[in-house]
Amino acid sequence: MLKFSEDHEWMLIENGIATIGITDHAQSALGDIVFVELPEVGASFNKGDDAAVVESVKAASEVFAPLSGDITAINDVLEGEPGTVNSSPMDDGWFFKMTVADTSELEGFMDEAAYGEFVAGLE
Amino acid sequence: MRYLPLTSSDRQLMLDKIGVRHVDDLFRDVPADDLNPDIDLPRRKTEMEVERYLSKMAAKNIAAGSVPFFVGGGAYKHHVPATVDHMIQRGEFLTAYTPYQPEIAQGTLQYIFEFQTQVAQLTGMDVANASMYDGSTATAEAVMMARRVTRKKRAVVAGGLHPHYRAVVETTTQFTDDEIIALQAQPADAAAELQAVIDSIDETTSCVVVQNPTITGHVLDLRPLAEAAHAQKALLIVVVTEVVSLGLVMSPGEMGADIVVGEGQSIGNGLNFGGPYVGLFATNQKYVRQMPGRLCGETVDADGKRGFVLTLSTREQHIRREKATSNICTNSSLCSLAFTVHMTLLGEKGLREVAKVNHHKAQQLKAAMAAIERVEVLNDTFFNEITIRLPKDATVVVEGLAAKGILAGIPMARLTPNAGMDDLLIMAATETVTEDDIEALAAALKELVQ
Repeated sequence: MLKFSEDHEWMLIENGIATIGITDHAQSALGDIVFVELPEVGASFNKGDDAAVVESVKAASEVFAPLSGDITAINDVLEGEPGTVNSSPMDDGWFFKMTVADTSELEGFMDEAAYGEFVAGLE
Repeated sequence: MRYLPLTSSDRQLMLDKIGVRHVDDLFRDVPADDLNPDIDLPRRKTEMEVERYLSKMAAKNIAAGSVPFFVGGGAYKHHVPATVDHMIQRGEFLTAYTPYQPEIAQGTLQYIFEFQTQVAQLTGMDVANASMYDGSTATAEAVMMARRVTRKKRAVVAGGLHPHYRAVVETTTQFTDDEIIALQAQPADAAAELQAVIDSIDETTSCVVVQNPTITGHVLDLRPLAEAAHAQKALLIVVVTEVVSLGLVMSPGEMGADIVVGEGQSIGNGLNFGGPYVGLFATNQKYVRQMPGRLCGETVDADGKRGFVLTLSTREQHIRREKATSNICTNSSLCSLAFTVHMTLLGEKGLREVAKVNHHKAQQLKAAMAAIERVEVLNDTFFNEITIRLPKDATVVVEGLAAKGILAGIPMARLTPNAGMDDLLIMAATETVTEDDIEALAAALKELVQ
């Protein structure tokens, strides 16, 4: 199940684990990404907490935990090659994986089509 | 014409928003008498009268350069060549402030880049920033940086840290999550002072803060401390208040420091009544994004020519607002320029020579003090500063010597009142001290303690 937030993050939920990243629209708005700060594996977050930082040549922004849960994995590749977020935002450029403590938190997020309309509405 | 950007309705709008009736209400925590004190000044005096009056007041000071001078404790009187003053007053350079439209000021950025390179080489670290306000505020920033890096908040502060630095750390962190564990100074036992730091480290420790040479002048081997800190994933912060010592003493980086902060006043800058000074801040590459302050980088322009930029600005408050790495977005530009010019004039060889002369003068001072009956020198190791134990109150002795035109040093009790250290005196000897100065001091002190 692939969901999108209004903060331009995507989450792919498989077997109770959510993989989180930022969308193509987000990476393109940020520009060349030069640094990604990831959370520690095992860290717990509530929905909406700051979980990661993404820094481009123009700006530094927070990546929020879209759901409550514990971090189970981080994408180490981004530490050495942050540009992966630009080249493959929806795939190799994922940020972290986390448990889904409360599936009801998934309600209210958009599917791919709705997010596409949401982004189109911004432009 | 005064330029007032806000109209009274702008102000009213802001006051309404935060629920305050009047601007004065914002200052009600300040006691009324302190807010607008009565200042006892005559209604009018002529310019000549004022000049004469102030000259008289100024004459009550004993100028450091005019008498035998042994005062140190974080501010050192070194010889600053006239070339430094000439260079820093050139119109291309003269500004107290950090560049806000940086890339048009390539000359400024180039000297900042060179300053950073000098500081990194001196401290033995990978990277240094464009400078901080002074050594004490740099120390506080280092403690907060260690919390960001380690995500732990318990900082252990060695007893050998300058008490004023400790006070600034405690003040700056009183509204942050940091917890400061300040250890007792042990001026007579540097090994025990260092061991106490090692014994205080546990898995909750974010950093240990240790000064080298210590406030009482001892020179430490910090390698065991680095090992103990790193075993608990804590950072080693080394504070250097006398940067000339780095001409002889093994660099903090070589001893395993993660952050080095210091006071750069000794190079290129006068005593300036205690400020403005220039804080040094250096760390290793892997922590560069958590480092506070401005950072200048070298790059190439569109034509491939060498140029300089302010880099990593996305961490700073004008872009990242309340999420900024630190509230420090500035530097001590003019003082760091003086540092850069003086250090460039000295070079590596010159710095080593100055450091050797300092140590030699301190050896002479130590021998002269040790030869006085009932005076005990506490240091086995030292650079250009020692601490002695007197048979009577050090403040009384210092006052007595000042009356004879000798500024003998800083009574420890002035830095740590009520700690039972009234008989200790901290004394520095830089290259500006002559053999005659030491003889005059020894003779006068002998009289006073017998």
